[in-house]
Amino acid sequence: MERRIRRLGIALVVLFTLVFGQLSYVQVFAADDIRANPANFSRQLIAEYNVERGKIITTGGLVIAESVPAPGGSRYRYERRYPQGDLYGYITGYYSRIYGRSALEESMNTYLSGEAPELAISTFTDLLLGNEKRGANVFVTIDPNLQEAARTALGSNEGAVVAMDPVSGDILALYSTPGFDPSELSSGSDEEMRRAWTQLNADPEKPLLALSHQELFLPGSSFKIVTASAALENRFGPDSVWPNPHRLTLPLTNEQLQNFGDDHCNGGSSQISMTEAFEESCNVTFAEVALELGPERLAEQARAYGLCGTLPPDRTACDEQLVRFELPFENGRFPEPEYFERNDPLLAFSGIGLDNDLVNPLQMALIASAVANGGVMPQPRLVTEVRDAQGRVAREFGSRSAGTAISGVSAAALTQMMISVVNEGSGFLAQIPGIQVAGKTGTATNGEGRPPNAWFTAFAPAGGQQPPRIAVSVIVLDGGDLGSEATGGQVAAPIVRAVIEAYLR
Amino acid sequence: MSALPAPASRPKTGLLLLLISLVASIAAYGMVGLGLRGRVPSDIVIYGLTLGGAYLLAWGVVRWVAPRADPVLLPIAGMLGGLGLAMIYRLLPADIADEQALWLLIGLAAFVLTLVVVRDDRVLDGYTYTIGLLGLMLLLLPVVPGIGLTINGARLWARVGPFTFQPAEFGKILIVIFLASYLSAKRELLEAGVGRLGLPRAKDLGPLLLAWGASLAVLFLERDLGASMLFFGIFVVMLWIASGRLGYLLTGGLLFALGGAIGYLALPHVQNRVAYWLHALEPANVHDIGYGQLAQSWFALASGGLVGTGLGRGSPDLIPFPASDFILSAFGEELGMLGTAAILLLFVGLIGRGLRIALDRVDAFGRLLATGLTVTIALQTFTIAAGVTRLIPLTGVPLPLVSYGGTSRVATFIMIALLVRISAGPWQPARRSAT
Repeated sequence: MERRIRRLGIALVVLFTLVFGQLSYVQVFAADDIRANPANFSRQLIAEYNVERGKIITTGGLVIAESVPAPGGSRYRYERRYPQGDLYGYITGYYSRIYGRSALEESMNTYLSGEAPELAISTFTDLLLGNEKRGANVFVTIDPNLQEAARTALGSNEGAVVAMDPVSGDILALYSTPGFDPSELSSGSDEEMRRAWTQLNADPEKPLLALSHQELFLPGSSFKIVTASAALENRFGPDSVWPNPHRLTLPLTNEQLQNFGDDHCNGGSSQISMTEAFEESCNVTFAEVALELGPERLAEQARAYGLCGTLPPDRTACDEQLVRFELPFENGRFPEPEYFERNDPLLAFSGIGLDNDLVNPLQMALIASAVANGGVMPQPRLVTEVRDAQGRVAREFGSRSAGTAISGVSAAALTQMMISVVNEGSGFLAQIPGIQVAGKTGTATNGEGRPPNAWFTAFAPAGGQQPPRIAVSVIVLDGGDLGSEATGGQVAAPIVRAVIEAYLR
Repeated sequence: MSALPAPASRPKTGLLLLLISLVASIAAYGMVGLGLRGRVPSDIVIYGLTLGGAYLLAWGVVRWVAPRADPVLLPIAGMLGGLGLAMIYRLLPADIADEQALWLLIGLAAFVLTLVVVRDDRVLDGYTYTIGLLGLMLLLLPVVPGIGLTINGARLWARVGPFTFQPAEFGKILIVIFLASYLSAKRELLEAGVGRLGLPRAKDLGPLLLAWGASLAVLFLERDLGASMLFFGIFVVMLWIASGRLGYLLTGGLLFALGGAIGYLALPHVQNRVAYWLHALEPANVHDIGYGQLAQSWFALASGGLVGTGLGRGSPDLIPFPASDFILSAFGEELGMLGTAAILLLFVGLIGRGLRIALDRVDAFGRLLATGLTVTIALQTFTIAAGVTRLIPLTGVPLPLVSYGGTSRVATFIMIALLVRISAGPWQPARRSAT
């Protein structure tokens, strides 16, 4: 019996050795793989919230996102705060343990969380010094005073303001209503987050999408900048003369295209120059221009301004992202020439920013920047640099160009046309004493029975020796306060003026 | 065979070990408070005094009623119980943990009572069939309508008045005593009961088939795979130890496999357990608790790594039932692989002592009883430790002395008390082992 008891002892030791082996496999050798299993999301989240996430900071050092110790009793060590409420919601995005991340919280996540390879040395230093791992701080181009001014200027209107440096592409202000406060989705109890999320998603105004860059609208007459560019690039000068009826019967149809309000341009003269037509925003003239140029040239110009080609109704999405942005961006769109083979008359509407032309204020601000910048379009830039927790620069993001949209000569001519819009034409409400503003109005139908959307896109200072310093595009949905009587010149131009004034004065 | 004069016992060693286990238990309780709330629990003095008083009292009683008994068993049991209780305070609301603390005290009382009542374990050898019958009754009590209760799909509980308990926990002790008594008496018969090829003759297979049938009954009537396997395993091992015939072990293994196959084919919940084990980490299964609990157990162990997060600083509450079946995974997360290994080593020490005690005894009954009790604890520990680490399919049995559960804790303390009693002799000549 003694021998058998000893053997039993050996057998039991073998059994327990197997358990030790399995433990060392699960806890040590395969531990990293097991932890990284997608099913392990609860613990991964806890680990993520154990790290002090980096701040997001504007020029001038205003903190717009930070991590603070979570209140007692929370499973998580830190929680995310957005001290500026809804003012920077679309820029920072939210950082929610239930709904994930958006905007910069998503695109800059590896830096903010401290996981990016560039941060390995600083993380290692922290480890040696016995410090906890910390995320890196992200610095953005937003000018907090201008962001505030954009909010004030837009007031109670539903719409968006985008202001950028036309040379570097730095985004100076990016503001949309209705807005949302990311704190509601990022801190508090699960139940509070769920309530906020349900509310935001049930809202017909879609407050989680920024009008400034995540949605698309018809540009209306704002698009005449693009059509005029195509004309200038194809040897139709600013003084080229065009027939001036107030209605145009479209080829192969009985359909007629009218000037805004069915008005006669230039007092009803039989002919009109392109500059005059631009100034008064004559639809008929630019429809004529578009039909004269043909689909290839117009589409080529649209593409040069960063609008991607579509083939409605089958293909309405972008195949390629011509504009690179740190936030989710809906690239502007213009139909490919093929589209007009079946629908020749539609080219007339496409030339005046209707039919399937789609843009948003950021896209328009980029187009204005190209004109301001001698024809070279910058890529937008929101993040300048990332600094680790010790303040060392871990990554810099330089300015980038999106290529040449038009020649310098054409840009200069177009600038003069846009100046006359402000000085003598439909954009007169954007005039600022002492500062030359160049711009273009737009009033785009917004579906049957709804008031039009009002646009104004401009830059300043323009035309003189001084380099341009700011390009602004504003959209006001449903005509704002003026409703169906609204035009871009009346509703959007004063907002643009206020923003430019706030920046240049 | 008469008892030889006892070699000197080592009271100082025992007391020192007990103090170490006491300090570890109280420190664990303090660290749980620190980890969870950032401060040492305000009642740690009362906690320490209560636990210390109870442990020292138990030690004193052992010195009084079994002065030459093994000095290591009580400290190991005390340490496992104390660490388990600290983890239960970490995982469960204070009022439920308080209840478990009371059960630990009741367990120590049962330990003391067993030693006081059973002054010589050989007395138990005199009631072979009474004890056997009683054990069988307790085993089958949950099946009786009006008394039995089904909780979580297994019919293991019995309700008597206001108390709910698992009678099989006590039944198992009685069965082990019965087997030790029965097998030690029938040893010669069993040794002879092997035919050609080393296999038992048909007419000697009776006891084995009976035990097999009883195990299957437990499986089918009470839906308790763990207990069923445990009973049959204990029986086969004890039969082999007593008879010395490998044939019993082989036949037993064959029957075990056959029973397993029948259970797998006939019972969906057995099939499920195998599926949970094999496919625990597949993403599609995450939200099914059967797979999910094993996945969470692995995630807890993996996030603990080598040294763990520290007591109260991990998230073992993400595992379903962390304080009962998965308490070892909770330790794995917060004390790391080193902590888990240390706890398992305490069990290995306990098992080693148990077998040593068996070897030291001079009589077959004492040897078989000590072996049986040790194997019971060992197989149960292996079943749950291998289950939560996904070495084998999970069958929910408590980790002895550590897990949540009153009945199991009291029953294990009674088994430890019996081992202590057996260790007091009579011994083999000159074989009293050193400690």
